[in-house]
Amino acid sequence: MSWKKTADAVVIGGGMMGIATAYYLKKLGVKDVALLEKNTVASGSTGRCAASFRAQWGGELNITLGKACIDRFEHLEEHLGVDLDIERYQNGYLLVAYTDKQFEQFKKNVALQNSMGVESQILSHAEAMEICPGMCVDDAAGFSYYKRDGHADPMISTFAYQEASKKIGVRIEKFTEVTGFKVGDGCVRGVVTNKGAIATDTVVNAAGPWAGRVGALAGLNIPAKGERHEILATEPVDWGVCPTMLMSFEPDYYMFQRPHGSILAGCGPNMYRKEAAPFDDYEMEDSWNFLEHMTGHLNKLLPRTRGIRVVRQWAGMYDITPDLQPVIGEADEMKGFWVNVSGARGFMFGPVAGEMVAEKIVKGSTSLPIDEFHWRRYAEGRFLVEPSIA
Amino acid sequence: MSEAKCCCCESDGSFNLAEMENDTVLCRCEEVTLGTARKWIAEGYDTFDEIKRMLRVGMGPCQGRGCRDILLREISQITGRPVSELSPGTIRPPVKPIKVSLVARDYTGGDKK
Repeated sequence: MSWKKTADAVVIGGGMMGIATAYYLKKLGVKDVALLEKNTVASGSTGRCAASFRAQWGGELNITLGKACIDRFEHLEEHLGVDLDIERYQNGYLLVAYTDKQFEQFKKNVALQNSMGVESQILSHAEAMEICPGMCVDDAAGFSYYKRDGHADPMISTFAYQEASKKIGVRIEKFTEVTGFKVGDGCVRGVVTNKGAIATDTVVNAAGPWAGRVGALAGLNIPAKGERHEILATEPVDWGVCPTMLMSFEPDYYMFQRPHGSILAGCGPNMYRKEAAPFDDYEMEDSWNFLEHMTGHLNKLLPRTRGIRVVRQWAGMYDITPDLQPVIGEADEMKGFWVNVSGARGFMFGPVAGEMVAEKIVKGSTSLPIDEFHWRRYAEGRFLVEPSIA
Repeated sequence: MSEAKCCCCESDGSFNLAEMENDTVLCRCEEVTLGTARKWIAEGYDTFDEIKRMLRVGMGPCQGRGCRDILLREISQITGRPVSELSPGTIRPPVKPIKVSLVARDYTGGDKK
């Protein structure tokens, strides 16, 4: 295929954040949109993620965006007009608190969520057992639950955006790695890649964990780096072993069964890695320590999984920001250089964050609030507080 | 070429992959046919990992042992690139499916000492 040397906008990164940004830019009237992906679409963090979406957050901004994302996932195939099944499944996140302090926080979160139209609830032990029969959580202090939280196939969901983007004429260049930028008079002028250069005055850095490295190529300090998290998947088994997203922030774990039968389980690195945080790693290696640790949790929490076989385990990068919240906006130091980084929830937030960034670029304003996510907050000493993360 | 023929189908081993029917099952774990894979390869999903992510080929209990070579040859036929230049995709642990109880830390049941 011939290389086109100009574009009206270039999006870097073929995860959910990037592909959705490219799709909505084109949809909102930007004529020539190119998406650059150094590997293949959905090969980075999105394709390796825990597949889930939720509105059970503890901060208003996250609840607003999480709710909008659920609305979108519930109708994603129709919204995009593609003939794919994203295998959406909604039977809530069942969040487990193990201390009274955590449980008090859950109660505050649920009150805030309820005030914003998210009908989450605090559950008794008996009610939780009805949702996830067979789980072993006698040591829990309490539970919260929102039935519209759920999961979907992250790869097919991203491919749904890819197919819809191709249909409306977004150029998608795989195996295309950004190696530099052209800059002048405080504005971005172009992108340099291993395939050639593209002149453009609008760049969106949606490279997730690699966003810091991509930003550095333009001389910018984008506060996002990688942290390796791991997941395992079992052979498909009959439905009902874990019919909800069973999750706890402390200790950090999550487990759920996908509609095709596999049980997925994962956790953050603090649970099993010997070295201490902060991590700054980009290799996708799987570890025995994780497998041993995570099967231990499965065995304890869902005793029925004992005889089920693990068929694969893998690793992916969380994009870690200083407050673990999204980093979104146009660089103050460089006109036309935008960042759309999710703070480790790109699959979940991408379909809406991508649209908001596209709205901001095209119209100058957004229908949902994202301005607070600008990374100048760190220089100003403001951190966004979100209690509902591990 | 050898004169020997297969005892059950009379094939001399030189069969042409392109002649295999679209309804031939490529991936038995996930029940994916050659025709479905061919459709997506033609749509530009022309690496093993892209087809894996779209169709789950290689994600099942056999972890690609049955389908990997067949799919790579199919990609090669459609794209014209030799198999030796194609990425075989990621091969992940565990090598064989293994029971949760055999690996689990602190497990006190019957399967592990």
